[in-house]
Amino acid sequence: MSVLIAAKDLRVERRSRVVTNQVLPFAGVTMVIFAFALDKETVLEQVAPGLIWLATMFSLLVLVQRAFAIEADDGAIDTMRVAGVDARAIFVGKAVALAAQLLALEVVLVLLAIVLYRQTVPMDGVVLLVTTLLVATCGLASVGTLYGGLAAGVKGRETLLPLLVLPAVAPVLIGATRAVESALGTVGAVVSDGWPWVGLLVVFAVAFGVGGSLAFGPLIDE
Amino acid sequence: MTTTNPDLLAQVRDGADVGPVVTSTATRGTRILGVLTIVSMVWLVVFGLGFSPADRDQAEAVRILYVHVPTIWVAYMAFVVTAIASAMVLLRSRKGSQASSSLGWDRLAGASAEIGTAFVGVTLVVGALWGRLTWGVFWQWDARLTTTALLFVTYIGYLAVRRLDGTHRQRAKRSAVIGLIAVLEIPLVHWSVRLWRSLHQEATVLNTDGDIDMDGLMLFSLFVGVIAFTLFYVWLMMHRTRVMAMEDLIDDRGLDEALAARRQEGAS
Amino acid sequence: MEDAGFIIGSYVLTFAVVGVLAAWVVRGGRRLARRTPDAEKYWT
Repeated sequence: MSVLIAAKDLRVERRSRVVTNQVLPFAGVTMVIFAFALDKETVLEQVAPGLIWLATMFSLLVLVQRAFAIEADDGAIDTMRVAGVDARAIFVGKAVALAAQLLALEVVLVLLAIVLYRQTVPMDGVVLLVTTLLVATCGLASVGTLYGGLAAGVKGRETLLPLLVLPAVAPVLIGATRAVESALGTVGAVVSDGWPWVGLLVVFAVAFGVGGSLAFGPLIDE
Repeated sequence: MTTTNPDLLAQVRDGADVGPVVTSTATRGTRILGVLTIVSMVWLVVFGLGFSPADRDQAEAVRILYVHVPTIWVAYMAFVVTAIASAMVLLRSRKGSQASSSLGWDRLAGASAEIGTAFVGVTLVVGALWGRLTWGVFWQWDARLTTTALLFVTYIGYLAVRRLDGTHRQRAKRSAVIGLIAVLEIPLVHWSVRLWRSLHQEATVLNTDGDIDMDGLMLFSLFVGVIAFTLFYVWLMMHRTRVMAMEDLIDDRGLDEALAARRQEGAS
Repeated sequence: MEDAGFIIGSYVLTFAVVGVLAAWVVRGGRRLARRTPDAEKYWT
């Protein structure tokens, strides 16, 4: 069931291309305007991993809004529930689709950072980098789906979502940035330093993955 | 002990329609609590600002701690209450039992979170004042302060969720989920921030993790503060939950009246 | 001695918040109690 839901979401995206046409450019623009705000190139190089994840967080908000807007227009989630679909399946399905889109976005951001902020990816950092991206994405997708479900179809959700999501993803921001710093060797960080942070990200992903699927039911039921 | 008026009571006995006789949320319990709270707060001020000695390292600034520590203590306690009440809301509504019992827990959760958030806010401001005196700066990004700031924002979010449109049951379930997630979130955030800040061991001038050594009168003053604010918390909760019950009632009544008016329009 | 100002200020702020919360809740209680029937007041 989750697979069907995830596939449906991704098909909607493939047809409408909102993410590729709007969200990716948004993320790109964010990376560019960071350079306007942080004038020195040396500073930019040092904080590049942080900027990647900041841009990711902002894009996450937009992606989540989008993921639930497509449901709200037709009352699709209520229809699914009435038809007897398990809330956990809906949660997992939407989270997987969200994760896929998020992952694609993060890859683009890393590439942009390599170009715009002069980052390099040393060979021994690749595994750490990829692992970080995967694990962090799982956590972010879980949080996004959970709070997105809560805010869906409610007046004022555009402003509520950032308020709820950003404090909740603080551990990911901290952990993922440190891990990527280690992977890229920014500010002299060593690859081995990054793995404890991946541990933190795993805990976060598991906590919100499990907690989110359990909590999703009460949230979307009337 | 309610606000009673003998003439009013006489009128009620005679069958006249005089409206509600009980005109406040006060009862004997709250009056007693209220008096105890005021007494202990006065005691706190007397000891905190007067009898207790100045600290060896912090000088008089330590006096701020006698109010600063109790406020964050009450906040933590309040959020734990919110979490427990939130769990009860979800358990009660799962069994499909009376809506009213889970709403009672919901009001408990909401009132507690309101008080907790207010106290975290005070903690942050007073803490900044204390920091200015002892460290020379209003703020720094150490584990404790960062986590407290995030705590504040998290529960602002909780309160915002409570204000969303919807039925009381929806409010109860939504905020219950948020309330429980918050108590999971906070240790996770604290842990990450601790790990993070341990990388940046700044000069020990600003070492904030070491707790202050207190003894004798100082510890006693702190203790009085904690008692005083805990009493205040309980007093406030009693009143606030009663007020919330009435608010919900008026809300429902407004809805009923609107529905009735709509039906009348349909009929005519 | 700016210290005294901060210390007094902390106490004033804390107790001001305490007072405001107390007044808000008691005032609200009185206002709403006039508008609701006694039967529903479970604390009496």
